[in-house]
Amino acid sequence: MALLDVRNLSVDYLTDEGAALHAVENVGFHLEEGGSLGIVGESGCGKTTVMMALLRLLPEEGRIVNGQVIFGGRDLLQYSEAEMRQVRWREMSMVFQGAMNALNPVRTVESQIVESLRLHITHDLRVARERTGELLELVGIPAQRGRQYPHQFSGGMRQRAIIAMALACAPSILIADEPTTALDVMIQAQILELLEHLQAELDLSLIMVTHDLGMVAETCDDVLVMYGGMVVEYASSDVVFNSPQHPYTQRLMEAFPDVEEPGSTLASIPGNPPRLDDLPPGCRFEPRCECQWREAICAQKTPPLVEVEPNHRVACHFARQRPGHVKGRIG
Amino acid sequence: MMEAQPILQVHDLCKYFPVSRHIRDVLTRKPRRYVQAVDGVSFAVQRGEILALVGESGSGKTTVGMNVLGLQRPTRGRILFDGYDVTEWAQGRGPSLETGEKLTNLSRRRRVMTLRERAQMIFQDPYESLNPRQKVFDIVAEPLEIHHLTRSRAEKEERVRSALETCGLAPADHFWDRFPAELSGGQRQRIVIAGALVLEPELLVADEPVSMLDVSIRAEVLNLLHALRRERGITILYTTHDLATAGFFTDRMAVMYLGRVVELGPTAEVLKEPRHPYTRALISVVPVPNPRRRRKRMILQGEIPNAIDIPSGCRFHPRCPDAVPECQETDPQLRTIAGSHKVACILA
Repeated sequence: MALLDVRNLSVDYLTDEGAALHAVENVGFHLEEGGSLGIVGESGCGKTTVMMALLRLLPEEGRIVNGQVIFGGRDLLQYSEAEMRQVRWREMSMVFQGAMNALNPVRTVESQIVESLRLHITHDLRVARERTGELLELVGIPAQRGRQYPHQFSGGMRQRAIIAMALACAPSILIADEPTTALDVMIQAQILELLEHLQAELDLSLIMVTHDLGMVAETCDDVLVMYGGMVVEYASSDVVFNSPQHPYTQRLMEAFPDVEEPGSTLASIPGNPPRLDDLPPGCRFEPRCECQWREAICAQKTPPLVEVEPNHRVACHFARQRPGHVKGRIG
Repeated sequence: MMEAQPILQVHDLCKYFPVSRHIRDVLTRKPRRYVQAVDGVSFAVQRGEILALVGESGSGKTTVGMNVLGLQRPTRGRILFDGYDVTEWAQGRGPSLETGEKLTNLSRRRRVMTLRERAQMIFQDPYESLNPRQKVFDIVAEPLEIHHLTRSRAEKEERVRSALETCGLAPADHFWDRFPAELSGGQRQRIVIAGALVLEPELLVADEPVSMLDVSIRAEVLNLLHALRRERGITILYTTHDLATAGFFTDRMAVMYLGRVVELGPTAEVLKEPRHPYTRALISVVPVPNPRRRRKRMILQGEIPNAIDIPSGCRFHPRCPDAVPECQETDPQLRTIAGSHKVACILA
């Protein structure tokens, strides 16, 4: 059985006028113990909202309107707030986007990790300090540097400290939201290597939320591609990167530069992602889709996510008809 | 190909920034220390060429860009733009000849402006480099007003329209009454580019123009820069830490480390046959979008050392996987190894 099983999750945001914006609709995926899942999509496609819904940390305007999040045989969405607090950080923790810039500048890094340990695990300051030292060493920071302030850390070290903080309560699932954006390539690689190492060492399950396809290809077993709040394709990394079926996934792959093939052309995806207050009635990608199969039905009916082959799900009316994609040949 | 005079020549550029001292160090007359942001960089860019300056933060690539535009005064070295010294030019002692105008009509300020008309910069963050309270039209038209380049409203509209439409924001009047907040990241960056293009410059310095953008939008901005070169012959200096985007549209690439160029050559050649260990490491860590091609990453530990205490010998030796004892002593110079491919490494 999967460690985490998300089914038909839908999230609305309520506007001041009382209208409901469907930010996320019918998202489902599962995560195996020790497995890794990449969630990719453009800004605004709802990937962070899904993660916030899992942890039940949505902002006030957010409402989970449907779905189940099965963890350890129970539905997290039925948990009381008190029960949920036992799950957050102990079972499932998150490295928030930009968190490395949100460290308190006037407190030492150590004291900030100690604080979270004392809130969740132990009141004993000495134990908490010791554990903090271990955590810092685990992410590759010498323990004594914990007594420094965030400004004395480089960007990469701050991100490591944030990861240490997320691991404080030995969770089984770590969610990393854009963990390497704003870091230099070499530091990005160091953080990726660290996440891979931690995953193996601690038997962590990892969910990586990002728009960087390369990172997902390098670290994740499975990939969930989101567009306009819905899942458009869900399969193993190998399938998504080598034989994507959804036109959006295909375009996304072509828009990503490959350092091993310099000079190759980059396709861009004309147009913009749909606005939540103006979602197209049919397939959400239809207005930007340039696929030769596009027909009237695309603009009228939302395509369901269907399994086109074992463990490969695609939400496109023509997924079955379309031959497998060969990179560089779509036109 | 005939070697024409390069539009941009950088000779032994050095830029040091003084480090602020504690009062105690001033009183005890400790020597002032300097951040050697750029230390002896030379390269030339041909008209219509796209050169990538690649490096991590702290490598000095942005400083090179700033000096090229005369926004900073080099500590040492010379930068020639179209044969004229940019540093002098930015001080108002630029070339006095301008078509149709007499020499004496050019004030100092006017001379600086002739430089700005010909060389423009695109900044990294389109969310912060646009005034949120200005409409798109005013943002793009502002350079025209500053430079008094248009005589009538109609003429101004025409040039703004043409700049916006060149940048793929068509029809222009659909966009120009909007505020930046109403536009997406990619559209904002196009506005920034349109604002630079409206003066019809010959040189664009693009400082990480896509690093703040989503991957799907990066391609469209890069394609736009590529098209500008093709259609208008604009010369572009593209600074980035992302080898993959540089690989896709630049002609040549200069890899920088700690204020020096360590490798310079045709982009495809540098990426396919990197000769400097730093370049090799940088390439190895760029994620490849295909799980079947997962590679061994050559991860360098630590970060670029600060540019105050520069390591002896080769600056890269403390992090270099191939370093030999000699590397601690010999400071390698950039030398040609094949055709126009240059490397600064004694082992290459």
